[in-house]
Amino acid sequence: MLCLIATEGILFVYLIFSYGYLASQSRGPFVPDGAPSLDIALPATIALLVSSATAEWSKRSARSGNLARSQLALACTIVLGAIFVVMSGIEWAHKPFAFTDTAYSSIYFLLTGTHLTHVLVGLLALGVLLALSLGGRVKAGHDQHRTLVTLYWHFVDAIWLFVFATIYLSPRLT
Amino acid sequence: MSTTLDRPADWKAPQDAGPVDGAPLASVIPAEAERRLAEAWEDSPGLRGWFGTVDHKKIGIRYIITAFVFLTIGGVEALVMRLQLAQPNNNLLNPEQYNQLFSMHGVTMIFLYALPILSGFSNYLWPLMLGSRDMAYPRLNALSFWLYVVSGIFLYVSFPLGAAPNDGWFNYVPNGSAEYDPGPNIDVYCLGMIFLGISTAVGSANFVVTLLRMRAPGMSLNRVPIIIWGTLTASAANLLAIPAVSLACLMLWFDRNFGTHFYDIGGGGQPLLWQHLFWMFGHPWVYAVVLPAMGMVSDGLPVHCRRPLVGYTLVAMATVTTMVVGFGVWLHHMFATGLPSLALSFFSAASFVIAIPSAISVFAWIATIWTGRARLTVPFLFFTSVILLFVIGGVSGVMTASLALDWQLTDTYFIVAHLHYVLIGINLFAVVGAVYHWFPKMTGRMMNERLGYWVFGLMFGGFNVAFLPMHLLGLEGMPRRVYTYGADMGFGTTNLVVTVGAITFAGGIGLFFLSILLARLSGRPAGPNPWDGPSLEWSIPSPPPAYNFAVIPLIASRHPLWEDRLLAEDQPHSRLAEGYLLDEGKETLGVTPLDAEPDVILKMPGDSILPVLLSVSLLPLFGGMLLLKPWFAAAGAAAAFAILIAWFWPHPVLQREEQARMYV
Ligand code: HEM
Ligand SMILES: [Cu+2]
Repeated sequence: MLCLIATEGILFVYLIFSYGYLASQSRGPFVPDGAPSLDIALPATIALLVSSATAEWSKRSARSGNLARSQLALACTIVLGAIFVVMSGIEWAHKPFAFTDTAYSSIYFLLTGTHLTHVLVGLLALGVLLALSLGGRVKAGHDQHRTLVTLYWHFVDAIWLFVFATIYLSPRLT
Repeated sequence: MSTTLDRPADWKAPQDAGPVDGAPLASVIPAEAERRLAEAWEDSPGLRGWFGTVDHKKIGIRYIITAFVFLTIGGVEALVMRLQLAQPNNNLLNPEQYNQLFSMHGVTMIFLYALPILSGFSNYLWPLMLGSRDMAYPRLNALSFWLYVVSGIFLYVSFPLGAAPNDGWFNYVPNGSAEYDPGPNIDVYCLGMIFLGISTAVGSANFVVTLLRMRAPGMSLNRVPIIIWGTLTASAANLLAIPAVSLACLMLWFDRNFGTHFYDIGGGGQPLLWQHLFWMFGHPWVYAVVLPAMGMVSDGLPVHCRRPLVGYTLVAMATVTTMVVGFGVWLHHMFATGLPSLALSFFSAASFVIAIPSAISVFAWIATIWTGRARLTVPFLFFTSVILLFVIGGVSGVMTASLALDWQLTDTYFIVAHLHYVLIGINLFAVVGAVYHWFPKMTGRMMNERLGYWVFGLMFGGFNVAFLPMHLLGLEGMPRRVYTYGADMGFGTTNLVVTVGAITFAGGIGLFFLSILLARLSGRPAGPNPWDGPSLEWSIPSPPPAYNFAVIPLIASRHPLWEDRLLAEDQPHSRLAEGYLLDEGKETLGVTPLDAEPDVILKMPGDSILPVLLSVSLLPLFGGMLLLKPWFAAAGAAAAFAILIAWFWPHPVLQREEQARMYV
């Protein structure tokens, strides 16, 4: 499973490479109207990071036998993840350009969209885990599922930091 | 899936275990235990068992057969092209048909034959060579096979509809963009490649974990056969490289269908981005389709030379080095694109460096033949011819890695000659040799020797007659990917010779398939170790029982079956007849990654229909994307998700605590 997660990680490496390549080859200014604003992105990022902490909390609670606390933490994770998705949606809706306008808009939506897809998959997995846990299917001792899902969620969050740096921070450097 | 293991009190690391006591297997293992093992490991009867099997041996053989089917299809495409090219101004095919033929020929040979066939062999051989009962994730294994079949079908249904990919196997844009190539052809390519990529990625992950966890105790990393190194390296490379082509294809699909601007100069896109992404994947890939095949030669050839491979460590390191350097040289496929010359020179030089590890393998093989006592068996002939063809292909490769020459040679028949020398020379000849070598293990029967010499003669002769003259055609300037040429250009005679050679070569392959069939039906019984091989797969019956090893053996050297002649009496020997029995249900041993110390008992899943279902559910997903029917695609995705939940459904058996037992 770690190997498959690694491939997914590499996918983002190639995505970020493509962003960089298109930026480096572009004749005019690549990012229209300067670097994108952090107004929505920063709180969304914080929500995502906190959700990683709650996911970890949930796993540890289960390990120490506290199933109820684990479920609560899992629910918090899902809520925080959902907040991230909603804020990303708002951000998308407010962009003055569309997917098909320019190379920048294309790669912007592809990069954030690919990440968002991973977040959604992660949310689905968290949801299934919560359901199984509430249904008594995954008990305190059953660590494997929890480890897997938590790992995936951490991965999704860690990748976001790179995406964030590419989209929001790198244009500020020039 | 795993539980911790209490190490039995009498366990000794195999290094200090006593000499083998020579007891034959049957006298040591009670019939009762074998019966229990068989019961746990046999598939369920009927269709359910057939579709649901997760036995690596069956999956491996199916992989091999499927890949041979695609080889045949790709071969027929090639012959049709060769008929078209046999004389000038021929009109058997029109240009559009020719485009589809060479594209599908390339796609088929590279993606549906050359890599899958090696995965097939690795699937079959790995657990047997490593002393394990199965791969690390049996269901994932089945999944990668079924995904391969379904995505192959996905690519091929386009053919009868006249919508097959038609822009070559590397599908350059802007030729492949909607403006120059409307119609669904390239969309089939893009989606098919993503589809197939999932199969390869899933299979590769399985190989990596299998190597790290599923070896017999004592089989440290410097004791595994070279083919394991080859497939491991190729798998690691696949995992790193495949996302590049999947992404490239996804972006092209967006460009073509939704008007994005990744490759389109108009909106600030970059056509060359395609080439970068494609060759970041494509160059490592060309090693992925040869390194495991080179491993077959490194493991097979020494058996027929009756001595261990010369320079094991060097060859293993060379395998890995090739790949590491291979990731840095993709630009040599782009010499003709007008990149800055400093970059070009650098990549040209780096490409020369690759010749060094390749040369190490070649010298190791030659030294093995030189210092061994070779038997002129059919596998020996094939493995030896690999060396010769590799050298020819290597020399033309070094030529194309040189900037000045490449500018002349690129997109001429010289390249076609080079790539076939490498692909057929190192892949196909090694594979045919490997079939002759391991067929007795797979079926319990020998293939006919006399027929084998004919197969070899036709293939080797036909191949060289077909492809050696192509170098000349290239030097004279005949471009590749043109459906015909003028009579006044002087290419006619050579092309006729080439076509005759190609037909002879195809005849050799036909005879090869025939002799497989004959051997399957009426071959001479082989016995467990007909070639007197040194590695673990030869220590068990042919064909192997469903559970492979009745006891998981304890390994003390690189050549467990040759220890009586290679090791001194007082050196530690492997123990093949005593080890972990593990007969309480479907289970096998997991070891620590580096030293192969026994670590856990792994409960293995039984047969399951989920891999087939998951593969099939992706068909509406990709079909919906192809036809731009979102609901269709969404239904496929939902089905896939439901199946995934079933896949990961918490399973009481797999989580049961178990104690390892040492069988002595
Ligand atoms: C009977 C044996 C074969 C014959 C006669 C043959 C013939 C040809 C011909 C005529 C072309 C098209 C050249 C052009 O128009 O540019 C071609 C291209 C190619 N062949 Fe083969 N081939 C054979 C086997 C193979 C095998 C076994 C492989 C790979 C394992 C392979 C890989 C390729 C590739 C990658 C291309 C390039 C396709 C492209 O231009 O996109 N071929 N071959
Ligand atoms: Cu290359």
